[in-house]
Amino acid sequence: MTLADRTRTIFSRDWTTDLPGGDATLVVLVMLALYTWVGLFGIILGLDVSGLLNSLQTITFYAAVYAILALALNLQWGYAGLFNVGVVGFMAVGVYTMAILSRPVAPISGPPGFGLPLPIGLIGGVLAAAVIGLVAAIPALRVDDDYFAIITLGLAEIIRIVISSPAADEFRVGSIRTGTGGANGLSLPQNPIHSIYYTDPASPAAGTTPVGDAVFSIFEAVHVDPAVVVKITYAGVLVGFVVLYFVFLSRVGNSPYGRVLKAIREDELVANSLGKNTDRFKVETFIVGCALMGLGGILWQGSQGFTSPGNYLPQQTFYIFIALIIGGAGSNTGSIIGGALFAGLLFEGPRLISRLVDQFLTFRSSPNNFVDAVVPLLSLDIGPFIVYALDSIAYLRFILVGSILIYFIHNRPQGLLGHRKEIAASIDLLDRSAETEGADDE
Amino acid sequence: MSVLRTSNRVRGFLSRRSTVLALLGAAILLLDLTRRVVSGDIAGSSLALFLWDGVVIGLVVGLAGIGLSMTYNILSFANFAHGDYLTAGAFSGWVAAFLVAGAGRFDVGDLFLLGGRGGAVDSQTVGVSVTATPVAVVVGMLVAAGVTAVLALVVDRAVYRPIRDRSGISLLIASIGVAFILRYVIAFVFETERLGVTSGAKVPSTVVPLLDVRITAHEATLVVIATGLMFGFHVFLQRTKLGAAMRAMSDNKQLARITGIPVERIVRLTWVIGGSFTGIAGFLVVLESGSISFNFGWLLLLLIFAAVILGGIGSIYGAILGGLTIGVISRLSLVWLPPSIMNATAFAVMILVLIVRPRGLFSGGTSV
Repeated sequence: MTLADRTRTIFSRDWTTDLPGGDATLVVLVMLALYTWVGLFGIILGLDVSGLLNSLQTITFYAAVYAILALALNLQWGYAGLFNVGVVGFMAVGVYTMAILSRPVAPISGPPGFGLPLPIGLIGGVLAAAVIGLVAAIPALRVDDDYFAIITLGLAEIIRIVISSPAADEFRVGSIRTGTGGANGLSLPQNPIHSIYYTDPASPAAGTTPVGDAVFSIFEAVHVDPAVVVKITYAGVLVGFVVLYFVFLSRVGNSPYGRVLKAIREDELVANSLGKNTDRFKVETFIVGCALMGLGGILWQGSQGFTSPGNYLPQQTFYIFIALIIGGAGSNTGSIIGGALFAGLLFEGPRLISRLVDQFLTFRSSPNNFVDAVVPLLSLDIGPFIVYALDSIAYLRFILVGSILIYFIHNRPQGLLGHRKEIAASIDLLDRSAETEGADDE
Repeated sequence: MSVLRTSNRVRGFLSRRSTVLALLGAAILLLDLTRRVVSGDIAGSSLALFLWDGVVIGLVVGLAGIGLSMTYNILSFANFAHGDYLTAGAFSGWVAAFLVAGAGRFDVGDLFLLGGRGGAVDSQTVGVSVTATPVAVVVGMLVAAGVTAVLALVVDRAVYRPIRDRSGISLLIASIGVAFILRYVIAFVFETERLGVTSGAKVPSTVVPLLDVRITAHEATLVVIATGLMFGFHVFLQRTKLGAAMRAMSDNKQLARITGIPVERIVRLTWVIGGSFTGIAGFLVVLESGSISFNFGWLLLLLIFAAVILGGIGSIYGAILGGLTIGVISRLSLVWLPPSIMNATAFAVMILVLIVRPRGLFSGGTSV
């Protein structure tokens, strides 16, 4: 650690830990900043109240789901050092198991399910993710970190390929027919939030419940669409889950159990020599993390009414990694902030900017392809290139994400809050290890 | 490489028992295959076709795997951007091939875009094939090799070298960033639709007597060039001083350093050779399949990893054998399993190998 690094660490430690109210204030401040940022866009774009609330709701939703998954990943990677690149596979297992268990026996379209109540489907999905986690954890005991990364990535791809194969579209379990819907995807049980407001959750037109009447009439007074109200409610539920995840993981982290996990992360050999059965700790942590990822998948993809294998591509896992790396692996607060910043700035930001420019700037020509965009550059006409870039903002977003990932690994590998990686020992041994680090470099 | 952290007793027991189980499984499958062929369930010709397809894809995977295996071993990290080197090489090579084949006949801009987004250019009008436009194919291949080598060097200088002393996981994460950037720069320029680039059905082919397998000129080109490069590299490793230095680095970095081998120069040479082989592999994949898309290399990456792990990290011959094994296994799986999960089978084999023999099937000495 160079002197510059150390001063930087000290400075950033100062302002984040000195906030009144601690981490909760920090998270609220970050969210308020994001709301302001998105709200400003909304106002400039001229959205009405309904549209404005909807875009705030969208940000909250994505911030919450990325925070949930980053928290689950933090348990595996930040605490126990298990580099799981198959997050998306465990999400898929959770969502598809939930779907198969709770889809009706005679659906209007797609393969039949088991027709069980949704809560049972949900528990089943979480358990299934945990079981697959157990299967994946067996190799975890036997290989190095980078091999483990490849194994989990391979496993997630196997899961995705099998789900989308025509063979899995419809199959039999004993005498019961069921299936994943193959590449076409699968409609999912209605989000239970709807039953708070509507008498028939499947169709809003059928009428509203007394609660729905009351709430909708309040919001209609300020011209907010009922559909937006329902979405806001669900975003609120997700925030509740973020809190639950955070409390659970913080308690795990501060328990004797969590201290062992951190010891494994720092030096497994030492933890082993001190009589801890590190294999068991790793497997258990991995299983719990996978179950949390399964639940996260259900809360996210499972709440959308429809899912398809395209939602479970490997880059989804990398997004979650980027969220965690930005926030700082090893810190639960960092996971939440990383999730929020990723969702608000990297994921939604470029889209908002492109919408804004689209609305206010008109260019003479809109180039049809890259060559048409670049050739005018030679005569110093940058207009076509800008238009082309804005049209291709989805690709540029990936390039931005990749660059930020490299920037963080180069300049701030500990993430924004990673300097607060909770240490395993009860006293701070970091200073000493910093001095000896240079001497025994392999 | 690093300390294998689990207690040896558990490992030994699991590994012995699972090795026996894996061998038993393979034997049963082989018996079943023989039974099916003898009883006529599967025509001999379709078995031969599976094997030929497996060899073709396996050679390409092995060729691309050489670079991955060498850098994995010397720099101790899994380069997740390697698949996108394949794509970058292929696109640069095919742009060059189109510019050569269509020079004078078509608009340069349309040729550059490989006929994407309308324009007068398409795969049939340009008509690139190894028999009709051999010069374009050769130029394309050389450009693919050159561009990918330079790309590998530049990425190493800008991204990997500054953090070379960090853990393998840090480098791995950085390589994911590189992969994102490369893939979507390509998408930014060429869009994401799949483009046909060779003259397809017009490529001459011949049916091998007895086996009844149709071999196209492009498949033959791929096989000849891939094996030629592999053989050439073998001679280079065994006969030249630089080759010996590379083998020494691969076997024992510390020892190589002590004996005065210029480590950074060998690392650069590794990127150049590995990169150019990867670029050529990308170019050949497209030549054989006839179409190109922005993410084909990424989709091949896990197969390449599978080959490299199967062969043992750092073993060049292992990568080649691993590629062939993965190629043949994935195609042979079609005897039992539906084609839609062919790649899943290859990944499953890779995971199995990692569990049974983490050091690879063919590992002994690392680079002999």
